[in-house]
Amino acid sequence: MQGVVFDIKHYAVHDGPGIRQTIFFKGCPMRCQWCHNPESQSAEIEKYRQQNRLGVKVFMRDKKIGWIATTEELLKEIEKDVVFFEESGGGVTFSGGEPLEQFDFVYDLAYKCKERGIHTAIDTCGYAGTKQIDQLTKVIDLFLYDLKLIDNEEHYKYTGVENDLIISNLRFLDMLEQEVIIRFPLIPEITTRPENVKGMVELMSSLKNIKKIDILPYHNIAKEKYSRFGKPFSLDVGRNLLPVDVTHIRQQFLKAGLEVKTGT
Amino acid sequence: MNQRIQQLRKQSTEAINRISAERGKMVTEFYKMPDTASYSIPMQRAKAFRHIMANKTIYINPGELIVGERGPAPKATPTYPEICLHSLEDLQILDERPKVSFKVDDKTREAFEQVIIPFWKGKTQRERIFDHLPQHWKDAFEAGVFTEFQEQRAPGHTVGGKKLFQMGMLDLKNEIRKSLDALDFLYDPLALGQKEELEAMDTAADAIMIFAQRHADELEKLAEQIEDQARQEELYEVARICRKVPANAPETFHEALQHYWFIHLGVITELNPWDSFNPGRLDQHLYPFYQKQVEEGTLNAEKAKELLQAFWIKFNNHPSPPKVGVTAQESNTYTDFALINLGGVKEDGSDAVNELTYLILDVIEEMRILQPSSMVQVSKKSPQQFLKRTAQITKTGFGQPSYFNTDAIVQELLRQGKSLEDARNGGASGCVETGAFGNESYILTGYFNLNKVLEVTLHNGYDLRTQKMTGIRTGNPADFRNMDELLEAFRKQLRHFIDIKLEGNNIIERLFAKYMPVPFLSLIINDCIENGKDYNNGGARYNTSYVQGVGLGSITDNLTAIRYHVFDGKTLSMHQMLDHLKANFDDAGELRHDLVYETPKYGNDDDYADRHAVAVFNAFYEAVNGRPTARGGVFRINMLPTTSHVYFGSVIGAMPDGRLAGEPLSEGISPVQGADRKGPTAVLRSAAKIDHLKTGGTLLNQKFSPSFFNTEEDIDKFISLIRSYFRMDGHHIQFNVIDADTLRDAQKHPEKHRDLIVRVAGYSDYFNDLGEALQEEIIRRTEWG
Repeated sequence: MQGVVFDIKHYAVHDGPGIRQTIFFKGCPMRCQWCHNPESQSAEIEKYRQQNRLGVKVFMRDKKIGWIATTEELLKEIEKDVVFFEESGGGVTFSGGEPLEQFDFVYDLAYKCKERGIHTAIDTCGYAGTKQIDQLTKVIDLFLYDLKLIDNEEHYKYTGVENDLIISNLRFLDMLEQEVIIRFPLIPEITTRPENVKGMVELMSSLKNIKKIDILPYHNIAKEKYSRFGKPFSLDVGRNLLPVDVTHIRQQFLKAGLEVKTGT
Repeated sequence: MNQRIQQLRKQSTEAINRISAERGKMVTEFYKMPDTASYSIPMQRAKAFRHIMANKTIYINPGELIVGERGPAPKATPTYPEICLHSLEDLQILDERPKVSFKVDDKTREAFEQVIIPFWKGKTQRERIFDHLPQHWKDAFEAGVFTEFQEQRAPGHTVGGKKLFQMGMLDLKNEIRKSLDALDFLYDPLALGQKEELEAMDTAADAIMIFAQRHADELEKLAEQIEDQARQEELYEVARICRKVPANAPETFHEALQHYWFIHLGVITELNPWDSFNPGRLDQHLYPFYQKQVEEGTLNAEKAKELLQAFWIKFNNHPSPPKVGVTAQESNTYTDFALINLGGVKEDGSDAVNELTYLILDVIEEMRILQPSSMVQVSKKSPQQFLKRTAQITKTGFGQPSYFNTDAIVQELLRQGKSLEDARNGGASGCVETGAFGNESYILTGYFNLNKVLEVTLHNGYDLRTQKMTGIRTGNPADFRNMDELLEAFRKQLRHFIDIKLEGNNIIERLFAKYMPVPFLSLIINDCIENGKDYNNGGARYNTSYVQGVGLGSITDNLTAIRYHVFDGKTLSMHQMLDHLKANFDDAGELRHDLVYETPKYGNDDDYADRHAVAVFNAFYEAVNGRPTARGGVFRINMLPTTSHVYFGSVIGAMPDGRLAGEPLSEGISPVQGADRKGPTAVLRSAAKIDHLKTGGTLLNQKFSPSFFNTEEDIDKFISLIRSYFRMDGHHIQFNVIDADTLRDAQKHPEKHRDLIVRVAGYSDYFNDLGEALQEEIIRRTEWG
């Protein structure tokens, strides 16, 4: 099979246990205003102007964001890192964009990884059919499940889609006792609002098995990346989070008996 | 660090390097004596050594626990005129050079002018060497095809073993007596030479004992004068120790350190051997003393640490002896490459990490000084805890300790024919060189410029720098139809220059064996006494001579660029490529951009490029490995540059990988600066494609951002990375934790830092790809550390 990916990262150390190789799939159903990876949103292969320097001289080259990759090609790349996976308890992580937008391709690749005994993780926003999620549990060892906003209207406002499917899929994974880590980006004044944090705590408290959450403080840096890829950036988060804000949020999850990790 | 150590450390780090004429004057004095010429050459050397040890200044620093200096004061550095003679101009350069200068006062200059230079001019080993080397050797040397280690310093490259800590000089004198008694003058034609050598060793043993007794005398004198009672007791204790060691085997921790230190001074005073000298597996050697005394209640961790720290400072007081001529001007060598080994395996193959290993790691972390340098040996049996501790030190970013693969070292030594026990007792010294500690003379003979050989190949044997036919005619490269023909020409050219290098090595080895024996060093390396043969004459149990390949990353990228653009892509002809090189890519900005940015490179786990690394490595190995040396040893290869990649780059014009004329080459087996774009796992995979076990050491540098060490989990991943590399038989890896200066340089020269990955926020990115404001933010973050 084949699909569109836009990056492969080796020695990825923040996308699951151990040393990982992260494959970034292109295309996303959501349009989060704070998106760190604007180049991942469109499912199409896009063009941009790359700037390379030799000393003070600047050279411009037309480059493509993304390429068509086959399962075999990706497997070959993944297998190169097996020694690192084995030594560290790592594996491969499918990220994006939203990998489930290319469900068949991801499934095929994950299936073949499992055949080779490679640990698989998926970084998903959960916006996919429940049937697909169900199928995926057969080939995915760990779900890194992005949750942003509990209020449906807010969710729609900031991401462009509603969250009911996302939340019901999460409950479904909980019911199936899947290994899941919630990933909660802390966007100042948006996801960090007290009612949203409270809602997150309540939702997680209502889950039976899923007790792990990574909180990911947002830094006001996406803007730069938008300009690199020539895309407009609409959201301007006024300030970076203060450590004290992060601690306060972290404590609320801890109080609810949840296992919290703070990203950097 | 207690107050005493702080004080001593401060003195050491603030002491100014000086040239001392003391040793030079004494050795001149000795050779001027009328009797000297009547002794055998080994005896001349031994007596010269005794003359120095019996007369040189004894220096004892207030508060010192370990005593003895090579010069008359800390960092007062002697010269070795019998090896190479510093001219007055050399002294001026050393005095004035901006980096790591050595101050020369008027009295010293006068001593050189009136005593040392007039006597030694025309009689030095260096002049002897250049008199004997053939013209074609000199041409290749001039062209920058190789360097020669032994032209200014004596062969050394050896490390103390177990025996050193278990025997005193009196024990060794007994062994010498036994060897002398066993000489067979009736049937053995070598017996007389052995007798001369053994008698010289005996005299050298006396010399070091005299030196120790003189320290005891001085210490007692100081004790009598001092009012501070605590210090008085200390002085008497150190005096007692100096009366005991190195004449007798040490029995306490303190005795063991002082014992070693006297021997260390002996080795570096006798001559100026490369890599000074080195206690090697320090945690193993000292552990029995430590354990015994801790059990008895006569030593605790705190006291042991203080003694170790005092010991550390002694190394730091001894910069490497400065060079002469152009080398003095260009090089800013300062460290003398003593490399403390920790961890590894014991002689029975079990894990060797012990309590003392951790204590020494504490010392390394606290001392943060250049010398001695430190490394950890990691075997598959090494506990995770050990690596976690070392990773914490790595994170602090002063490059120590470096990481070595014990299992690879053992296999390398076994492949070379060492016994399993000797292999397990071995380790790495200098930069990364594998050795059977205590049993082997493994001398480095010179760096070898692989890329220069390619440049000469690309010009059909002609060297552009010296404008001479230094090579052989291997064909006009424009006529090569494919890569194989180019590689075949390269192999022939390589073999030609290796032959020249080895020919020179053999001449030099014989000259050292004949004129510069080292009876003192021979005492402490097995089996020189048993064989009645000098260390410099193949007396050691194992004798290896290394040629060090330099610039593997660069030559791989150069060959890859030719394959990609000339033979496969056919975007330009060989002729055009050579024209661009000749013009140093003048007006070829676009082409150079493509060579740098759009061409496969070594270090990305891409076989298209990496196969050339394997091809060059194998060619180098086949040209050198297994050939016999003049002292009965074997030539072998290793892959390390120290700083020669800078010099080697300066003698080469522009190259096909887009490197401009004169720019540095890649170092060790690391990728070309900035050419690795796929992160550390890809670098390690590329580097592991060559067969490390066929070498005596490879050097791999990796840059790491401090943010990769933030959490316990990060550290575990970092350790897994090392263990993975070692599972692939990687020999060594060291980590430079990136500092703000590096990032600043990356802003100026982005093409040299394409590999620089930094943690931005929630993700990592290439530093080059970030906007300026963000780069600034990251630099600020790094500065805050």
